Amino acid sequence: MRILLVEDDRQMADYLRKALVESGATVDQAGDGREGLLMAASGDYDVLILDRMLPGLDGLGIVRTLRASGNRTPVLFLSALGEVDDRVEGLRAGGDDYLTKPFAFSELQARVEALLRRGVSEAPETRLCVADLEMDLLKREVQRAGRPIQLQPREFRLLECLMQQAGRVVTRTMLLEQVWDYHFDPQTNVIDVHISRLRGKIDKGFEPPLLHTVRGAGYMIRAE
Amino acid sequence: MTPPALALVGAWTELRERAVRILRSSTFRLALLYVLLLGVSVAILLEFIYWSTAGYMDRQIEATIQAEIRGLAEQYRQRGLTGLTAVISERVARDPVGSSVYLLVDGELHLIVGNLDRWPVELPDADGWISFHLRERGPDRSEEHEARAQVFRLRSGLRLLVGRDVRDLEAIRAVILEALGWGLAITAGLALVGGWLMSASLVRRLESINQTSREIMEGDLSRRIPLSGSGDDFDQLAASLNRMLERIEALMAGVRQVSDNIAHDLRTPLTRLRNKLELLRAELPDSGSARSLAEETISDAEEMLATFNALLRIARIESGSRRSAFGALDLVPLAEDVVELYEPVAAERDQRLTLERGGPAWILGDRDLMFQALANLVDNAIKYTPVGGRLGVQLNVADDRVRLVVTDDGPGIPSELRERVFRRFFRVDDSRSTPGSGLGLSLVLAIVQLHRATIELGDNGPGLRVVLGFESWMVRDT
Repeated sequence: MRILLVEDDRQMADYLRKALVESGATVDQAGDGREGLLMAASGDYDVLILDRMLPGLDGLGIVRTLRASGNRTPVLFLSALGEVDDRVEGLRAGGDDYLTKPFAFSELQARVEALLRRGVSEAPETRLCVADLEMDLLKREVQRAGRPIQLQPREFRLLECLMQQAGRVVTRTMLLEQVWDYHFDPQTNVIDVHISRLRGKIDKGFEPPLLHTVRGAGYMIRAE
Repeated sequence: MTPPALALVGAWTELRERAVRILRSSTFRLALLYVLLLGVSVAILLEFIYWSTAGYMDRQIEATIQAEIRGLAEQYRQRGLTGLTAVISERVARDPVGSSVYLLVDGELHLIVGNLDRWPVELPDADGWISFHLRERGPDRSEEHEARAQVFRLRSGLRLLVGRDVRDLEAIRAVILEALGWGLAITAGLALVGGWLMSASLVRRLESINQTSREIMEGDLSRRIPLSGSGDDFDQLAASLNRMLERIEALMAGVRQVSDNIAHDLRTPLTRLRNKLELLRAELPDSGSARSLAEETISDAEEMLATFNALLRIARIESGSRRSAFGALDLVPLAEDVVELYEPVAAERDQRLTLERGGPAWILGDRDLMFQALANLVDNAIKYTPVGGRLGVQLNVADDRVRLVVTDDGPGIPSELRERVFRRFFRVDDSRSTPGSGLGLSLVLAIVQLHRATIELGDNGPGLRVVLGFESWMVRDT
């Protein structure tokens, strides 16, 4: 996993690099927009992590230039701004995800892994499997150990989102964004309640449990 | 009502309100005063014109009568009474229904000669002038008209009246009067139109100042009052206001800069602290008191960050810059999503959360912020209502207003505290036993104000009833 990190805040950059390296990635680092663009265009990276505000050339400019030249490397924006229009602007310019500072490292890690996966799979899948849990995306059916499970539409999307990222952590914010499509700050952990409902349907009465809580990070569907 | 009918009613209401506003404005009153003053001045001027033209004709008539009298007096002096009667008879015979009037009577007022049938009853003034009414002097003339004459007593006790029928003068006088009347009416009309135009232009310029002030009050400090370029008093006023606004904006920007700096300076090290704690946690063994201590410290740091973020968020929303993300928004699916998201949370507390809605409820707004506001209200309702309570979200559209109501049957908020719950960090529950930052309703208020909407806290008997009122947004068919 090769990651290019373009961030002008020295301390932030060092911390992120250290954390990413520890989680098994190779990280190249650039401190300003021009240098970042040159490295992104010439190197072969799996994910680009770009700060929105950079000296020289800002994050938006880098992405626009890359996309215009046909480079489709997944891009995650980091921003201190965090207004909706900034997010929309970033995604419109060709960014794939958007993370507002300050963020937990686990959040960044989960999103980077999701982006990596998105980069790999070209054709949309029609069938998702984790151990004996199967999801048919065309028929909108779920079964475990051959037994059909009835899910509400939102529960279906929640499970789909988790199964797309099977084996990887999905954070609560990612679930809110992808399943409910709202960018907001829930005062209580509403997602936890939905997860426990889902758990009651797919794990109750089956062995082993597949839906796990990852403390301080989010949730994960995993076979073992 | 159908949308076009509603639009028509809306346009009419707006027109009426506009008319009332104009009628109430001081500029219109000034214009009215201008019309009155001009009208009075013109009326005085026209009266003078009338007086001088009509007076001139009166003097002409009197001069004619006096010339005739001089002629008759000459005859009387040369030929005596017989000469006088002969001349009068001759003149009357020559012109039986002419404009000259003669009458010679004896002391008993018996007719001697003349073309009047009787001596007028009116009394002459000190100079012997008399005005009286003539009747039926021709076959086709049955109406009365005015005559003016001078009367004399002759030495023999006879009385002589010499005068002229002034009906032509009356006719001319009427024509002049009519012309002057029209003149006055046209002047008044022109003054009214001029005054109206002047007032409309004043109202327009005041309205542009008003409009700008309103936009500024709603948070758009970058607005400036447009100048007409004429350099008049209004332009000078606008320029002064603009300079004042620039000063305020500079000061505000300074304050925001300072608070942004504080936010940045505090948030960044806090984030680093949290991130380092995460790294530390990863180093610690999976179980043990050190690990759980690290986790508690992380969640403390996260709580601080969340409070800080919420404060910054409120400040940003209050600054009004977020309105650029507004669009037409149907609150029905949004309310459905909030209720669907929170229904399991309520169910965990054995509460029933229901949604009542009618047709689409379009407003102009920000989807994510509106979701946040409603989520906060529902979240509060769930938190403060005891186990087994009933919670409701209602949406209705009436009279161009969209009302979003959140009700519960919990303890409610005492009326004396209702204003204060919107303050930052205020909490009804002093013990702070329920989780929360005390910023939830402050955020709701900021969002409501950004949407130019209203919020009311009421009694649900028992419980709390929160009503948000929005202006309905017409979606135009394209």
